[in-house]
Amino acid sequence: MIEKFFPNVDWELMWEATKETIYMTAASTFYTFIFGLILGIVLFLTSPGQLWANRTFNFITGTFVNVFRSIPFLILIILLIPFTKLIMESMRGPQAALPALVIGSAPFYARMVLIGLQEINKGVIEAARSMGAKTSTIIFKVLIPESLPALISGITVTAIALVGYTAMAGVIGAGGLGNLAYLDGFQRNRGDVTLAATILILIIVFIIQFIGDLAVKKIDKR
Amino acid sequence: MIELKDVNKRYGQKDGLLAVDGVTLSIGDGAIFGIIGYSGAGKSTLIRLLNGLEKPTSGTITIAGREISSVSAKELRTVRQKVSMIFQHFNLLWSRTVKGNIAFPLEIAGVPKAERERKVEELIDLVGLRGRENAYPSELSGGQKQRVGIARALANEPEVLLCDEATSALDPETTDQILDLLTDINQRLGLTIVMITHEMHVIRKICHQVAVMEAGRVVEIGNVLDVFQQPKAAITKRFVSQVTEPAGTEQALAHVRQEVPDGTLVKLVFIGERTEQPVLSSLIRSFQVDVNIVQGNITHTQGGAYGTLILQILGNETTVQEAIQYLHNEGVQAEVIVHD
Repeated sequence: MIEKFFPNVDWELMWEATKETIYMTAASTFYTFIFGLILGIVLFLTSPGQLWANRTFNFITGTFVNVFRSIPFLILIILLIPFTKLIMESMRGPQAALPALVIGSAPFYARMVLIGLQEINKGVIEAARSMGAKTSTIIFKVLIPESLPALISGITVTAIALVGYTAMAGVIGAGGLGNLAYLDGFQRNRGDVTLAATILILIIVFIIQFIGDLAVKKIDKR
Repeated sequence: MIELKDVNKRYGQKDGLLAVDGVTLSIGDGAIFGIIGYSGAGKSTLIRLLNGLEKPTSGTITIAGREISSVSAKELRTVRQKVSMIFQHFNLLWSRTVKGNIAFPLEIAGVPKAERERKVEELIDLVGLRGRENAYPSELSGGQKQRVGIARALANEPEVLLCDEATSALDPETTDQILDLLTDINQRLGLTIVMITHEMHVIRKICHQVAVMEAGRVVEIGNVLDVFQQPKAAITKRFVSQVTEPAGTEQALAHVRQEVPDGTLVKLVFIGERTEQPVLSSLIRSFQVDVNIVQGNITHTQGGAYGTLILQILGNETTVQEAIQYLHNEGVQAEVIVHD
């Protein structure tokens, strides 16, 4: 039955590509979360009226975020080739896609972190200060827990965007479902391969969305 | 306990807003001290100077012998554990349960877990939240949220409790319950309470002393009962009339003047135990006058009771004058309300 609809699909190859896509998405989401969170918190704390209020630093960080958020991803990959070669020692395989994926999406996520943090009731931060909390305590016990639903829904959106980015990274040789759909499906004119890859990507996206929504629902006690 | 000496706070540069203007005051150990003023009077800034959330532009603030305005950041954090604060909008962490919120300041102070749990249990009983300890703030009423706020503020056994409009977001009945709880805490734990408010009712009910603020300055300061009896500044008179003159006094007076135009309207002020003496019945027995009660009101403050009574006295002119003189002799302030 499946063979009838997808005559040209090599399922072993398809499964390999799926695993590569999942790996690239998971690893880049992880690093994006870490770097985006740090960047977002720095952006928040250095903004006017906050604990580390610093106009210059805030401006520089903000500009950095905006610039990297604005570069189209495909161009960013190409621009980052020398950098990737330097730290990954190769341009091939799923590993090599990670620097570009993280650099492309961390600033995007940092903006979402910033929005989430700005929604925290200012009074709660003041209350923590009035109790004698250190800035590190405020970060880990107030800022992160109080904005967690926004942080989780933000990383869900980012992870889904990253699935799309991995497909683009595939074109420059990172492997994955995007690569398979392009080389095996499009260039060899096998529509069924492209279709199968698309369905698998959709399934991955739906699973991410489902997990994200479930987590937010469970965490949010407001 | 708390000493402020010529404290100024200016926001921004030289021409910025002067939120606190030359405030000097001292608050005794174990007192409940009220600061009243309309919004923008500088009272929020003043209370934030007391725990270093704001730094004074000039002047000194001393709490329990330590000068808040000049301690290091690290020392200030230790001071803040002893000068805690509750807020108008409670400012609880929505992500933590009642227990978790109360444990938060203990975590900040580095109290070990077992000790923390014991302390939290104790505080839950103190503020009357038994049975709600695992609820999240979103599941609590306003009064319950403020109880969590109070428990949280008491966790590190502070010497001073700052209340920033702590009852302004609550309905009248809940306000009274929270005020009772604060009075109880003040008596049981002996801690000093400083509260800012715009409601004279709050001052009347629990404060020992009051400072009235207007445009960054303290315009009047004294014992609550004294201020109620003899308010000096115009703004204080307005605040006092909030609680001593029930709504509709003006209309009642106008109505009486129209119905019985030839009587003399007299406002009597009773203080302390005078409020419990039958002055009026002896007045009627001793003088040939008729008395018509227009309005009466007794206000209880922490320093004693304070009552006002508006009468219309009917009779011939000299007898009425004698009657008023009699009231004076009995220790009741009597003031003829002149028609205007």
